[in-house]
Amino acid sequence: MAPVAPTSQQWVEKYRPRQVKDVVHQEEVVLTLTNALETGNLPHLLFYGPPGTGKTSTALAISHQLFGPELYKTRVLELNASDDRGINVVRTKIKDFAAVAVGPGVSGYPCPPFKIIILDEADSMTEDAQNALRRTMETYSKVTRFCFICNYVSRIIEPLTSRCAKFRFKPLLDNMLSSRIQFICREEGLSLDSEALTTLNHVSEGDMRRAITYLQGAARLYGSSLSSDNIISISGVVSDNVVHSFLQACRTGLFDQAQKAVADIIDEGYPVSQILSQVCYASFSSSSQVDY
Amino acid sequence: MLWVDKYRPHALDKVMVHVEEAQQLKQLVAQGDCPHLLFYGPSGAGKKTLIIALLREMYGAGAEKIKVENKPWKIEAGTRKLEVELTTISSNYHVELNPSDAGFQDRYVVQEIIKEMAKSRPLDVAGNKSFKVLVLNEVDRLSKEAQHSLRRTMEKYSSACRLILCCNSASKVIEAVRSRCLNIRISAPSKEEIVKVLQHVAKKEGLQLPLGFAARIALSSNRNLRRAILSLEACKVHQYPFTEDQSVQSADWEQYIVEIASDIVNEQSPKRLFLVRGKLYELLVNCIPPEIVLKRLLLELMKKLDSELKHEVCHWAAYYEHRMQRGQKAIFHLEAFVAKFMSIYKRFLIATFG
Repeated sequence: MAPVAPTSQQWVEKYRPRQVKDVVHQEEVVLTLTNALETGNLPHLLFYGPPGTGKTSTALAISHQLFGPELYKTRVLELNASDDRGINVVRTKIKDFAAVAVGPGVSGYPCPPFKIIILDEADSMTEDAQNALRRTMETYSKVTRFCFICNYVSRIIEPLTSRCAKFRFKPLLDNMLSSRIQFICREEGLSLDSEALTTLNHVSEGDMRRAITYLQGAARLYGSSLSSDNIISISGVVSDNVVHSFLQACRTGLFDQAQKAVADIIDEGYPVSQILSQVCYASFSSSSQVDY
Repeated sequence: MLWVDKYRPHALDKVMVHVEEAQQLKQLVAQGDCPHLLFYGPSGAGKKTLIIALLREMYGAGAEKIKVENKPWKIEAGTRKLEVELTTISSNYHVELNPSDAGFQDRYVVQEIIKEMAKSRPLDVAGNKSFKVLVLNEVDRLSKEAQHSLRRTMEKYSSACRLILCCNSASKVIEAVRSRCLNIRISAPSKEEIVKVLQHVAKKEGLQLPLGFAARIALSSNRNLRRAILSLEACKVHQYPFTEDQSVQSADWEQYIVEIASDIVNEQSPKRLFLVRGKLYELLVNCIPPEIVLKRLLLELMKKLDSELKHEVCHWAAYYEHRMQRGQKAIFHLEAFVAKFMSIYKRFLIATFG
């Protein structure tokens, strides 16, 4: 088996925060978890928030820091939407794992006497499966902690949320994104002018993963010095000219013109949802005195 | 061999449209590595051609030795055992499959089969390429659950496996999957580009292709390169040598829809509605997708309408299309649209002419 060349690692994985304190902009979580690291006491956790804000990274980091690489395999069970998580799995796999007593810890890590079950993308679990978890969580709370991760807290049933300490992950602010991006640029030897940086912030909308993926994609395609146009073309954002001419066609009030504009956009292959949101944005922000 | 396949460019250097994208892809794999890719664009734009050429660029000619397999998979989903039959096209280096073929069971395909494939790392003696490529077609037809299942698989096994996703509409792919891929938009080739390709094909075949005729083929193909080449071949069978004013053969189902459209406009009555229903059934049993029937029918009706009616008709077409996506039996919604159109049109006629 050939070792993976270091270049073929995705940057998103490469620059994933390894320690809880590296997670930016989520002060409450970081504070609680660093406390937990010191005392070895952890509640059930529920992380929710938009994609790319560090939920999975935090959960992985805390489990790694608590148990270290050796115990990680026996103490942590990670299940995500790519695993089957029907009611049967909850009744068998999760319950079995939760019921097992813990062994002795290893030196150098806190190794508190419980196991962690990480349920990633928990909002895609069925309601039945979630209900089946309720009693399991309480019965085995001595030896097991659960960590739920989801985008929408409303999709998790109330009995589960009330058993957990809830943490909302906020979208990252521009300056935090920028500083991380700049760090990666330095590490990878990229040059990014300030305009491109602003564009990257704008198109990634507080989603760190998206920002890094775009950056890596752009770096692969266009080489080490990147401009704002490169970022735009990689991100699939529709250029303002297209949106503008579409709006112009709509404003004429002639059906045929609008139909032609639509056909053009479809043929160019732009993602329709992207077009809609940008047209919406553009029509609200346009200064002309037209009622919409 | 069809001309479409015969003249499909096999190397990234040889493509005639999307030259810029091809060069970028070449640069992308030059470092011996690539991220997950998502190709999106209208059909006949050249997504598949680029993917095949890209695989060749990565793995050399070996990637073209493909074998088609159709094997049943046994999946244990909880207490039930499912059997899914799936066609895969594979070479030594890549596997191509169409997960949405499994219908409502596509979630299990993604969870079990794709994960299984992604987990196992290809053995390579030389040790130069240490990942394999999974090409998934029509990801926009996957259910939301299946797409969610893809998310972590893409991250977890990214060292052993790269996914190349291919779809028509990027909006139907969930944001979480899109943000994990390098998105590549493949736009439909312009008419000039199609003419260029047609002339290239004609030259290779030793045919005389008048410029005006090529332009008309390009126009009738609606910027779909595959259809343009197919209809060039059809025209060749129909009449050769080509003349400047030769008629372009359009597909028979399209002519059928034109017929339906004129039926509808000529008379609006329950009797005519019944007749149209028969014709719609005829189209559906011949495996023309209902969305395409509705779209085509709308476009044909548009040609015959006054502009004041167009807005309303278009609105209702969208309305019934939406219901068709949510519902089960397409024929109800097609017929409902026809009935609605008839009522709108009749009302308009009475209001105008009394």
